[in-house]
Amino acid sequence: MSINVQGLSVHYGTRIVLQDINLYAGTGRVLGIVGPNGSGKSTLIKAVAGLLKASGRINFNGSEARPKSVGYMPQDLQAPMALTVIEVVLLGRIAQLRLRVSAEDLEAVRQVLQLLGMEALAGRYLSELSGGQRQMVFLAQSLVSQPTVLLLDEPISALDICHQLEVLEVVRAMTLERGLCTLMVLHDLNAAARYADDVALLREGCLVACGDPVDVLTVENIATGFDVEAEALTCLDGTGVLIPRRPVRMLTVA
Amino acid sequence: MTPAATVDAVTVAYRRAASRRVTVMLVALAALLLGVLLDAATGPALLPLGAVAGSVLGYPSDSAVQAIVWSIRLPVALTAVSVGAALGLSGAIMQTILNNPLASSYTLGISAGAGFGAALVIVLGASLPVPEAYAIPLNAMLFAGVACAGVYLIGGARAATAEGLVLAGIALLFLFQALTALLQMIASPESLQQVVFWLFGSLQKSTWPKLWVMLAVLGACTPFLVRDVWGLTALKLGDARASALGVNVRSLRIRSFVLISGLTGVAVAFVGTIGFVGLVAPHVARMLIGEDQRGFLPASAFMGAVLLSLASVASKTIAPGAIFPIGIVTSLIGVPFFIWMVLRTRRAYW
Repeated sequence: MSINVQGLSVHYGTRIVLQDINLYAGTGRVLGIVGPNGSGKSTLIKAVAGLLKASGRINFNGSEARPKSVGYMPQDLQAPMALTVIEVVLLGRIAQLRLRVSAEDLEAVRQVLQLLGMEALAGRYLSELSGGQRQMVFLAQSLVSQPTVLLLDEPISALDICHQLEVLEVVRAMTLERGLCTLMVLHDLNAAARYADDVALLREGCLVACGDPVDVLTVENIATGFDVEAEALTCLDGTGVLIPRRPVRMLTVA
Repeated sequence: MTPAATVDAVTVAYRRAASRRVTVMLVALAALLLGVLLDAATGPALLPLGAVAGSVLGYPSDSAVQAIVWSIRLPVALTAVSVGAALGLSGAIMQTILNNPLASSYTLGISAGAGFGAALVIVLGASLPVPEAYAIPLNAMLFAGVACAGVYLIGGARAATAEGLVLAGIALLFLFQALTALLQMIASPESLQQVVFWLFGSLQKSTWPKLWVMLAVLGACTPFLVRDVWGLTALKLGDARASALGVNVRSLRIRSFVLISGLTGVAVAFVGTIGFVGLVAPHVARMLIGEDQRGFLPASAFMGAVLLSLASVASKTIAPGAIFPIGIVTSLIGVPFFIWMVLRTRRAYW
């Protein structure tokens, strides 16, 4: 599955939230979406998910018909406290669920929970889980329908370092092995550089740059996109690391 | 962990939740049967439980008992069950589609609308051209529908968000209460007494035909709820997430409002406004088995039925020789029970 976005614009009333966005996300590739707060990252994900009215074209494998199996994980997760992990993950397969849950549906839940190392939490209520564990549950929900398109809005924002790396590894491996097309909003630029095949940098609803992480996540683009002075370092193993040093405009304390 | 053990972990957890649901339903059913028997045995003439049970099962020991049970007590007892179930179910649907623990037909103006409809007939004689016995129930049902439509149309004028609908419901509650108070102000003393008594709620107006109507409405709602059970569960994740999962949230809300209107309308029409049951029954169900709507909806109906059945027994035993209005009793026994349940619960449910 591939996604081709052409001339995408979104308005909230008279306010332009996204303007003339053009980007391409290929089969088996992860497109990282980065940018400062309010730059339109979540709006872009929602527009691709079909949750917002947008002008422009979004093609999936060359067709405007949105595939049925889209895994979407929103940023603002409303946690239903009195549902168990199994019940929440099952909802990811709502299209085929019947009153009596089939063995096939239960097996799909088991597989995804095993993949994310969460089998032990299966029967727990969400009210009994930490914020990070809840985030993992919603990731499991977006993966359980075996989607061809995966849209993840800040999937690691509440996770500790270990779980961040685990989730990013799983997403990348699944994308590659199953030929998915994954769009993932990230705030961690180094995570984007390491786990995304391509990166789109947004600012104020406009696309600043899109392409290979090495070409997009440059010191100049970081200054343009985030108003932050950054330094690019090379680690001993050869991987590049971006160190944000200071904001271009300093806030003054009265 | 081995793969075989993993299969067990997920399947066992799922089966445990399912068996808990079944256990809760069976216990509620047993409590309900006991409640119905007690209700049929209680009254000005206290009947032995065994004689009542025999009469209900078709083995009458005494023709007087048979007459009291089948002509007077059983319609009341079964009406308490069906009204309680209808109110519990409508409260559960409302709390789910509005994602609000305070939502119920009573708190969001649907019952107040029905009360206003009844008061219109009692005070002004304004009703549809129907036999007098059905004028009040029909007008109450009609205005329950008007209130439901009002909540949806006002709350959904811009976008039918849960918050907008709740605010519209609260506004309509105050409007209908004010209009009913206005009617009470201009009513004759006899009409005023009749309105007040109707607003308190009473099961004593129950008859077999009315009971069949209530059961028919409950039965008619069931297939729709079965169809929407997963969509309603998905709504607990929020509108955006439910939409992303493929649920048509707007259409689901409209269907649900129609069901709420029917359930509340028919319950309130025949027995008057009864608060608290629609608010509390879903909370008790939620605490016991969670919010998977496959269990939550029937459990809410069961809890509502048990609560009203026990309230009906209490209404006849608090003061010997007198029957307390059921609407007062539900709150008097329900509030302490609910507070006790909330205080002893450590887990967050909302």
